[in-house]
Amino acid sequence: MKETKKYWKGLEQLNNSEDFQKYSNKEFPEYLPTIGEGEEPSRRDFLKLMGFGVAAVSLAACETPIKKAIPYVKKPDTVDPTIPNYYASSYVSGNDYCSVVVKTREGRPIKIEGNKLSAVSGGGTTPQVEASVLSLYDENRLKYPQIGGEKTTWDDLDKEVSKALALGNKITLVSYSIFSPSTKAAIDDLMAKYSNVDLVTYDPISFSGTLDAYEVAFGKRALPSIDFSAAETIVSFGADFLGAWPNRTLTNKQFAASRKLGDTKKTMSRLYAFESNLSLTGANADYRVLIKPSEEIAYLSNLYNELASKKGAPSIGGTTKPANSEKLKKAATDLLKSKSSVVISGTNDKEVQLLVIAINDLLGNYSTTIDTSKAVNLRSGNDAEFNAFVDGLNSGAVTGAIFMNCNPVYDHARGMDIVSGLSKASFSLSTSLFPDETGSLTKMQAPEHHYLESWNDFEPVTGALSMSQPSISKIFDTRQLGSSILAWSGSEVDYYDFLRLNWETKVFPTANQSEFYNFDAFWDNCLHDGVYTLPSTESTSVKPSINIASLNLPKSKAGDLELVVYQNNTVADGTMANNPWLQEMPEPLTKATWDNYLTVSPKQVEEWGIEIGDMSTQTVNLTIDGKSVEVPVMPQPGQAYGTIGLAIGYGRTSAGKVADGVGVNAYQFIKNANGYSSLATTDGVKVEKVGNPYRIGQTQTSHTYMGRETIIQESILSKYKKDPQAGRNFPRIATSEGFKKPNAVSLWSGHEYPNHHWGLMVDLNSCTGCGTCTIACQTENNIPVVGKQEVLNRREMHWIRIDRYYSTDATEGNAMEIPSENPEVTFQPMMCQQCNNAPCETVCPVAATTHSSEGLNQMTYNRCIGTRYCANNCPYKVRRFNWFKYHDNKQFDKNSSMNNDLGKMVLNPDVTVRARGVMEKCTFCVQRIQAGKLEAKRENRRPVDGEFTSACASSCPSEALVFGDMKNPNSQISQRLKIKQGDKMVEAEEARAYHVLEELRVMPNVWYLTKIRNKDENPTKEAEAANAHA
Amino acid sequence: MTSESVIREPLVTGGKTIHDVTEDISSRVEEKPAKLWLLAMALSLGMLTVGVYCVATLLWEGIGMWGLNKTVGWAWDITNFVWWVGIGHAGTLISAILLLFRQRWRMSINRAAEAMTIFAVICALQFPILHMGRPWLGFYWALPLPNTFGSLWVNFNSPLLWDVFAISTYFSVSLVFWFIGLIPDFATIRDRATNKVSAAIYGALSFGWDGAARTWSRYETVALVLAGLATPLVLSVHTIVSFDFATSVIPGWHTTIFPPYFVAGAIFSGFAMVLTLLLITRKVYKLEDYITIQHIELMNIVIIITGSIVGVAYITELFIAWYSGVEAEQYAFLNRVSGPYWWAYASMMTCNVLSPQLFWFRKIRTNLAATFVLSIVVNIGMWFERFVIIVTSLHRDFLPSSWAMFYPTRYDVGVYLFTFGLFFTAFFLFAKFFPVINMAEVKSIIKSTGEKKVAE
Repeated sequence: MKETKKYWKGLEQLNNSEDFQKYSNKEFPEYLPTIGEGEEPSRRDFLKLMGFGVAAVSLAACETPIKKAIPYVKKPDTVDPTIPNYYASSYVSGNDYCSVVVKTREGRPIKIEGNKLSAVSGGGTTPQVEASVLSLYDENRLKYPQIGGEKTTWDDLDKEVSKALALGNKITLVSYSIFSPSTKAAIDDLMAKYSNVDLVTYDPISFSGTLDAYEVAFGKRALPSIDFSAAETIVSFGADFLGAWPNRTLTNKQFAASRKLGDTKKTMSRLYAFESNLSLTGANADYRVLIKPSEEIAYLSNLYNELASKKGAPSIGGTTKPANSEKLKKAATDLLKSKSSVVISGTNDKEVQLLVIAINDLLGNYSTTIDTSKAVNLRSGNDAEFNAFVDGLNSGAVTGAIFMNCNPVYDHARGMDIVSGLSKASFSLSTSLFPDETGSLTKMQAPEHHYLESWNDFEPVTGALSMSQPSISKIFDTRQLGSSILAWSGSEVDYYDFLRLNWETKVFPTANQSEFYNFDAFWDNCLHDGVYTLPSTESTSVKPSINIASLNLPKSKAGDLELVVYQNNTVADGTMANNPWLQEMPEPLTKATWDNYLTVSPKQVEEWGIEIGDMSTQTVNLTIDGKSVEVPVMPQPGQAYGTIGLAIGYGRTSAGKVADGVGVNAYQFIKNANGYSSLATTDGVKVEKVGNPYRIGQTQTSHTYMGRETIIQESILSKYKKDPQAGRNFPRIATSEGFKKPNAVSLWSGHEYPNHHWGLMVDLNSCTGCGTCTIACQTENNIPVVGKQEVLNRREMHWIRIDRYYSTDATEGNAMEIPSENPEVTFQPMMCQQCNNAPCETVCPVAATTHSSEGLNQMTYNRCIGTRYCANNCPYKVRRFNWFKYHDNKQFDKNSSMNNDLGKMVLNPDVTVRARGVMEKCTFCVQRIQAGKLEAKRENRRPVDGEFTSACASSCPSEALVFGDMKNPNSQISQRLKIKQGDKMVEAEEARAYHVLEELRVMPNVWYLTKIRNKDENPTKEAEAANAHA
Repeated sequence: MTSESVIREPLVTGGKTIHDVTEDISSRVEEKPAKLWLLAMALSLGMLTVGVYCVATLLWEGIGMWGLNKTVGWAWDITNFVWWVGIGHAGTLISAILLLFRQRWRMSINRAAEAMTIFAVICALQFPILHMGRPWLGFYWALPLPNTFGSLWVNFNSPLLWDVFAISTYFSVSLVFWFIGLIPDFATIRDRATNKVSAAIYGALSFGWDGAARTWSRYETVALVLAGLATPLVLSVHTIVSFDFATSVIPGWHTTIFPPYFVAGAIFSGFAMVLTLLLITRKVYKLEDYITIQHIELMNIVIIITGSIVGVAYITELFIAWYSGVEAEQYAFLNRVSGPYWWAYASMMTCNVLSPQLFWFRKIRTNLAATFVLSIVVNIGMWFERFVIIVTSLHRDFLPSSWAMFYPTRYDVGVYLFTFGLFFTAFFLFAKFFPVINMAEVKSIIKSTGEKKVAE
């Protein structure tokens, strides 16, 4: 081979020196500056530095996330990441009480549950209880003590207060009803030390007249316990004992218990409601009579006379015949027939309440349903004392006031008088958590703990004690009211020690000593259970002493238009108005959110010439005694003609960004009648049309069920007794082989359920429509609040809603959309029906919604692309879409659980906060099911029925919802529905059980039980037909 | 007895020669843009700009910018989608089905009609993407692509997925069909090109067309094959679009009549749109000799037929609702007629059923102004038809508690405007830079049907 030409790389190669040979195999010969010589930077150094520089610059360009989570240096024994802890406690807000269990995760309270051990609360909750956990994380809370608007220390504040107290000027402590024995003891100590200090209590909705009446009749100024479950006939005169009543978790439970039907119980109570506004109680009534408040005395005295004539008691003279005496006579007959009954009135007047006591006495109810020995301490306010305080403040007799966590400037009719009085007072202090209407006017602010941060005790019902323990350390520099009072009375004791000592010395000796070997055991037991009922002394039936002849019944002048101020079950008395969950909760009857309005009968709306559109209305001027507000009109079927209603709890001016400017303040229209704060104003009510257009966001705008018996199936008790299937509707599908049950025809092969098959039973007879489940679900499942505008856009996000249907007089056509003048009301909780043949599942193009092996219709958020086809194809319209990004978005700053760092503490870490553009819906609280199953698996056993349940079922005060495993033959749901396992499906053999829209054969896992009313059969066939369709 | 066939009316009038055809069509492409064209283009671009703003806002803020709600999950988005898809039917129908039926009158209109189809389908495709909550994921998650998410696959039960296949197939076939037809004409323009740029561009577009007999033979075979492929697609696309509704449980949607009814409606609206566009093109480009009154009359006849089919379908729906005895179904139709959206139903009935009946009068169906107005009326009616089906069915379905009204926002209008901007921009670009009439095919009918009638 010929040698090819060689080219040198350089002279080195030509010379082929030793140096060259040494490095010839290396990529970089040594003489290239790969390694720096001396101080010279090398090429490699340059590349390294450049590489680092580029990396550093590009990394610096990305924002480093700020991580605020701090790991435990020393992990507390009781806190395990991802494992919730539960603490029994007591919810108290204003004068509202409920025994609760607080669920905490990593030290944060995230959910309030009812305390099933409490006989006082009954185990359920109210919307306010459920929502209260968000108020804990309200950014608007006062963060430190203040004097004259300046931040101060507790020591300095205490010095100032002590100085003011020591001056000897008259200082009044103002509070809502106090039912905490230890707080009361601390206050007593303070008053013992300073004789110039006195205490005045009041209630936003006053029971002063009732209390005074009981004082006259029984010698004790206390509300009695009423057992609605024992009553066969309940007659209510404007008393909304289901929607706005002290301890209404229990009244709901008792009322529902009296309405439960089954194989062994074929009786139910009958409820008569004589009222002006359509209240929750009226909505649940079997007979509802529209009256004006001015007519109530005529009804009551006639009822008394009717009963007295039968019982041989003296009658009242000078009574006028009421308008609907036929229904009143019927009520009287039923009352006389019943072994036990209750007659109650919501009127805050001593004489009227004495008459009511006389009626109950005639019926012998003080030995059956009404127990005066178990006083309900939740209301003890005294109107006369409060009025004297306001007068004193203005006259200078009272020179100072300490507002103990109350807000009379807002929630008392004489709020403006207090404002003028406070400007004269030399000393004023508020312990409110918030810079509220009163607190922002006082010279000092000594903010209280939230109840979830507090130690306390309560005695809501005499003999039934309740504990409150902190489930989170105080978030801000606040101090518990009890500690403040102790500090001001010069005591060095901490409130916790005071409380414990109080229990050791006062409560423990009266407790059942044999159960507990020492006080510590007793204390621990009370803390664990949250409640303790003292061994009761036999309740003795005491006969009231009433001289019926000396009754001085007020003569209320009947006006053309009468106003009744009412409390709804959303923001209630307005204490928690700054809670967006409550503001966006649909009011149970009107289904309106974010507003109050004048409820007016549709006939009157027409007369006034108000133009009503789709959620649009017009405003009127309401004027009483020179006080005037512009307020929108809401046509309300069932509102007595000639009466109007206005809800309290709105019109806050200093509550925070959520509540301020929402609605008008109705407290100013509470009238002082005969010394009592009266919700009704019977004369001098003027309404003038202003006509400004106004929109009210409602979640439901069609009011009747259009005669669709596949949705609501209802009947009456007498028919149910004859045939348990009364009211049922059995759709049939035409096939080539004749008519068949819908589930006989299917395209689908069905699903196998090897292990569990979850189901939910909804008893329409038990559901009172209170809406607690809606808020419980919102809390549990991180459901966003969207604000009024988005509700107007029909985009509220609630996963469980209560459909409210009115009856109609029409039988066909579009006229069926118009509710009756005094309609029957049906509530139907509606959530994802977890269909076994789910229409949503087949249409999703990306299989983001699928069926689980446990019968759940699962939603995979991170697979969802948001075509909304599933929502369109859902016959129950329960799917909700994230139209916008609701979290971390300034446009939705009212959604405070997702838009500020403090609010976010409330989020349930087990549930995803959904992104923009995905669909969501009820999951049957799958996170609870999974947690429960995991717990059972860890303990190597099957899950026990009732050990976990959905948030809605858990919260329901009337136990209308029952959740459980239909595969487990012993579960409550299987028992009550009489579940029969079929081939790949379950059948309920309970006669009342039905599926909504059974004809579609989507085979839901939610069963409804028919609604049964305790009405007489209608005398005429036509009317009956109308009712069947209605 | 002797019988002589009637002398056919010429399909191309004005005694055009083959050279005239080339001249008339190609010079539109070659000359400087007309003032009228520039004005039209400016208008379209204006609409597009406004539309792009609305689309951008929609994508940035979320679907909540539209007026949709918990009850009405689809409204203008899917209405517009079905409307544009419907319009996109005429082109392929004209070129494929009429080709198979040897209807030679189609030759002077099929190019523009097919272009319209392509652009209409592009407009339609905007909505399935834009209406998604998360389009940035949805545009590819809706495709059966192998992925790293585990065993995640699309749901073949979902009619929306069938839509994806139906429309993408239809779009690809229509596009290929249209482009193949353009090749000989591009070659003509290439050959006439006087400057290098257009020679290069049209040269590339004509795929090296050489005009040899073998090339022509292949061209015609391909056209026939594609016509055969496209024909079932014309029927399948709207059938499948109708399945979106027909397979659901919602009263007013759950109807077996939908496939034929939707196809007829699609042809109805497609022909109307072709008429609207051709009447403008004809006027602006002075193509009266190619697009004759006869064409217009024939198309109007198709409109009477399909309009009547649609009318019968409406009445059948009402009858079946009554006959079925199904409560919700009966109410759905009662609500269409007499509910809060009665005006939409009334507009639909007037525009779709009553107005095309005017074409029974020869005077009206051969009148250009009347045809133009009615062609627009028909498309307004067809938009309302989809609105009625989608919105009035959804807004009041089973549970009265969830009944709600739908109110459009400016973004509903803006996104609709966006597709108009897109459509007209594309169409005007086409009209300027592509031969609007199929020169090669029209030349084939000049001899036999374009001669002046000597008899007169």
